[in-house]
Amino acid sequence: MLELALKGDKKYWGWIVALLGVIGVGFGVYLWQLSFGLGITGMSRDVSWGFYIANFTFLVGVAAGGVMVVLPYYLHNYKAFGKVTILGEFLAIGSVVMCILFILVDLGQPMRVFNVMLHPTPNSVLFWDTVVLSGYLLLNVVIGWNVLEAERNGTKYPKWAKPLIYISIPWAVSIHTVTAYLYCGLPGRGFWLTAILAPRFLASAFAAGPALLILLCMVIRKITKFDPGKEQIQALAKIVAYAICLNIFFFLCEVFVAFYSAIPEHTDHLKYLFVGLHGHGAYVPWMWASMILMVTGIVLLVNPITRKNEGVLAVACIVVFVGAWIDKGMGMISGGFVPNPMHQVHEYIPTVPEVAIAVGVYGIGALVITLLYKIAVSVKIEVAG
Amino acid sequence: MERSRREFLKIAGISAVGLGTAPAVKVFAAEVLGQPEMRLGKDALMAKHWGLVIDTRKLKTSEDIKPMVQACHKIHNVPELGNKNHEIKWIWEEAYHNAFPTMENKYLDERVENTPFPVLCNHCENPPCVRVCPTKATFKREDGIVEMDFHRCIGCRFCMAACPYGSRSFNFRDPRPFIAETNKKFPTRMKGVVEKCNFCEERLAVGQMPACVEASNGALIFGDLEDPHSKIREVLKENFTIRRKQTLGTGPSVYYIV
Amino acid sequence: MNDKHKIIAGLILFVAIVTVPIWLNMGKAAPVPEPVLSAQAKAAKECVRETAYMKVEHMQLLDEWRDAVVREGKRVYVNSSGKEFNMSLSNTCLDCHSNKAEFCDRCHTYASADPYCWDCHIDNPKEKE
Repeated sequence: MLELALKGDKKYWGWIVALLGVIGVGFGVYLWQLSFGLGITGMSRDVSWGFYIANFTFLVGVAAGGVMVVLPYYLHNYKAFGKVTILGEFLAIGSVVMCILFILVDLGQPMRVFNVMLHPTPNSVLFWDTVVLSGYLLLNVVIGWNVLEAERNGTKYPKWAKPLIYISIPWAVSIHTVTAYLYCGLPGRGFWLTAILAPRFLASAFAAGPALLILLCMVIRKITKFDPGKEQIQALAKIVAYAICLNIFFFLCEVFVAFYSAIPEHTDHLKYLFVGLHGHGAYVPWMWASMILMVTGIVLLVNPITRKNEGVLAVACIVVFVGAWIDKGMGMISGGFVPNPMHQVHEYIPTVPEVAIAVGVYGIGALVITLLYKIAVSVKIEVAG
Repeated sequence: MERSRREFLKIAGISAVGLGTAPAVKVFAAEVLGQPEMRLGKDALMAKHWGLVIDTRKLKTSEDIKPMVQACHKIHNVPELGNKNHEIKWIWEEAYHNAFPTMENKYLDERVENTPFPVLCNHCENPPCVRVCPTKATFKREDGIVEMDFHRCIGCRFCMAACPYGSRSFNFRDPRPFIAETNKKFPTRMKGVVEKCNFCEERLAVGQMPACVEASNGALIFGDLEDPHSKIREVLKENFTIRRKQTLGTGPSVYYIV
Repeated sequence: MNDKHKIIAGLILFVAIVTVPIWLNMGKAAPVPEPVLSAQAKAAKECVRETAYMKVEHMQLLDEWRDAVVREGKRVYVNSSGKEFNMSLSNTCLDCHSNKAEFCDRCHTYASADPYCWDCHIDNPKEKE
């Protein structure tokens, strides 16, 4: 099936070349980081994780979000999603690839990354995160590929794939749970030390992932002969609507517990993010923007009139995606590190090289998703026509 | 040693199976007689649980802390980086309300208000940094010292997120150009690894007290917390002490007399 | 299969590119370097283990040493003839082999081995700066 990715028109190849350009720039900057060290980023002794880990966390969510099309189709026999499950699985592959790359570019000694396997340490959540992420990647590659190949050949996918599909559903939940456990098990970080972190991560995941999937479906419909379907998009939109509601609800639970108990270790981080602390508040406009975006998303998605209008739906999906990205990508990590354990405020602002490397990683993700979607869509068109 | 033993077993096994037992006996004899050995030095100081008491009553100004910081940073080749983001420190000075943010007092007596508090790795009994390290690059020794294996550290900085005391630093760049005077007896670090206080484990191994203790003019008392007759236990018996963020259950081995 | 020629041409090109280093270096075999012993090393006659072992296994030995020192706190190595050594790359190995460039680097460069020991361990403790 791979050959399907090699047949495309000028626009297709133009897009590929553009992505390769972005990847090239990111890679060049990464080589600089490799020789200089992580000092080219804005990270510091106090904020020791930044943009890379933030995007990693967000993309784990996007990857897990893919399960929202797999689950209704395979567990509840919701036939309509049969058309788009492959898109969910391939989106998950691209996202996990980006996650792994974001971890790699964040390491101080990337050449030693296999120490994690060489000296397996089950008490470290990072060890488990490596296990679940690589497992999820493998599952989606195997399942996606075999199901698509069967579809192309007009047969049913092999029997052994069925248990793998069932495993992949809780596995999707596990990748984001374990990723949340990276943060919420740390004793001195009041912002993350909350049992609701994993559910909150999952809620934003099931909003951001399907939101992106809707947008991708719309793009596919526009530029190819394959239509993922109106019903499918509407069903996904409902998932996004309720997931983003839950995300906001969980966040408000967080706010209540922090401020009603009024324990400084818990309130200070939220204060820093939303009103500023000790005269520092670089994230204040971002966090409010994120809240406004997510609430706008809720209004547009819950209301059937706006949701059913696909133009408005597209806007709503962008709004939700960006809102969730700011909330989880930017606020979640910086907010956890500021103030530091000595209750001093040391702010973190990503640098240009750091952003360039991150954009390069997104470029690789986009390339993977483009190639996989090209194959999937070609098969769908071939089978249909 | 580990390796040669394993190698010996391998050779012995293969010999026994393939060539009969006679050659195996020969190999056995050759290997066992000349077995090299690795052991502790004769002068090594040992303890069941190393601990430190900081008598802050003896610390009046920053001038009292400086010698400790300098002694430590000099012998451990800790670089002096200009950039605050990239700062590396093993032991340094904080005000009371920063060292003990959870025990902030609105009305604090003037002496404590003005006392500089030396802070360093607490060598916790239940260290979160060790719990999270994915490669066992940070580990706890039997004598309670939380130690780092710089060879193994992949620079993921999970330990920095886990440490509730901000005791860890990361080499954001090659530290070597920023070391004014290199101590040739101790290695430097390379870029991309985390580092922190090691309770002068390399000095204990040759019978010396930690550098900060030696430079502290008696303000720092170091010893075995599990030895009821040790000086440190005596000091702990006679004085009320506090530890940083006790409620987190990390069990710091560094005690403060206020 | 009308792409036969293209495929064959591509394969030839691929093989040519992959083997470039071989062609470029053909007939220019660099002589195997001989490590130079410092006066002190010569006088000592034998290293911590017999020369043949050290030649082949010094990296394994150093690996065992570093685990013993860092992870177990054991710093003294007693060899088969009962001699004791402080297990330290900088303070023991390089104290005797004080000519790193001629002793270590030559072979390492020849074998294009690039150990990162020296990123942290100081080359030569006796060297005056």
